[in-house]
Amino acid sequence: MMFVPGNNPGMMADAHIYGPDSIMLDLEDSVTMAEKDAARLLVHNALKSIDYGSTEMVVRINPLNTPYGKKDVEAVVKAGVDVIRMPKTETADEVRELEAEILKVEEEIGAVGRTQIMAAIESALGIVNAYSIATASKRMMGIALGAEDYSANLKTNRTPGGAELLLAREQIVVAARAAGIACFDTVYSNLDDMETFRKEVELIKTLGFDGKSIINPRQIEVVNEVFTPTEKEINKARAVVAAIKEAQAKGSGVIAVNGKMVDRPVVLRAERTIALAVAAGVISEEEAL
Amino acid sequence: MKEAIAGTLESGDIMVKIGPGKGLEVELQSSVEAQFGRQIRALIADTLEGLGIKDAHVDAIDKGALDCTIRARVTAAAVRATGNDVWKD
Repeated sequence: MMFVPGNNPGMMADAHIYGPDSIMLDLEDSVTMAEKDAARLLVHNALKSIDYGSTEMVVRINPLNTPYGKKDVEAVVKAGVDVIRMPKTETADEVRELEAEILKVEEEIGAVGRTQIMAAIESALGIVNAYSIATASKRMMGIALGAEDYSANLKTNRTPGGAELLLAREQIVVAARAAGIACFDTVYSNLDDMETFRKEVELIKTLGFDGKSIINPRQIEVVNEVFTPTEKEINKARAVVAAIKEAQAKGSGVIAVNGKMVDRPVVLRAERTIALAVAAGVISEEEAL
Repeated sequence: MKEAIAGTLESGDIMVKIGPGKGLEVELQSSVEAQFGRQIRALIADTLEGLGIKDAHVDAIDKGALDCTIRARVTAAAVRATGNDVWKD
């Protein structure tokens, strides 16, 4: 998910060329108060006119308790945005309040149910309430960590190893999995330190995240490299899936592949590996069957 | 209507200044004036008419903006000039 400032028309026009899975046009922190009105109009018109292809389009709105939030919702829902990212989410009630605002606009334009919600969790209270936030609405498609505000709220600083974020990251993954929705990690903003960035991406993949927020096209390649399964992993996953299909056809339960027992968690992991390989374009959907 | 500005002089953007005028007067500077000048002027006029503005003087400096950017910048300048927002609340 690539962050793009909502007040920069040149970047908004070119962002999808780099091939991110999703683009988040930002109306919040990257836009000054004096330019909120103009950025809202830019984002509205860009969403309506620019062909972003299959890239998922997300807009980070301003909080609803500011003079900008409700207008942001109206502008982006009317433009057909896929997902609204709600910043600084702390309670399930805030999600339900956003849902009500979205519904109001969708009813006006005859498109009820079209807009999904992603909640960014950026405080200790938000982390404590992660599961209730994740399950607050049928529109919830994911939760994401916002680490800068979260670290400040914890009265600590961000470090290269990310020790200060460990509980928050684990809590977000667990809450998302329990709710059956996606989870996304925070941004890494030092573009000159790609080595630490790669380590962070490897860490969050190990923790179970579905993806990483990025601030520059240069970071896309690293995320894709880390998240794309290797040929060896894909072959192993295919062997597992093929073996389980054969076993099911024969009516047997537990099987072994290369001398190792294959049970349900192994099959689920293999299926996820194949799904990731298809999503990354390493194998086709036909090859995955 | 008061005078108001929206947009920047960055590549891919357009700076639009709108103020009081008689009828729609559009003065345009653009690096693509020869190819798209007429189209950009028509888009500016169409956007203002869509907002119910029939009298305004517009100075625009285009830096290769897409149509959606031109529409957004003209609307932003017009909203700032008239105080009439396009959104509710």
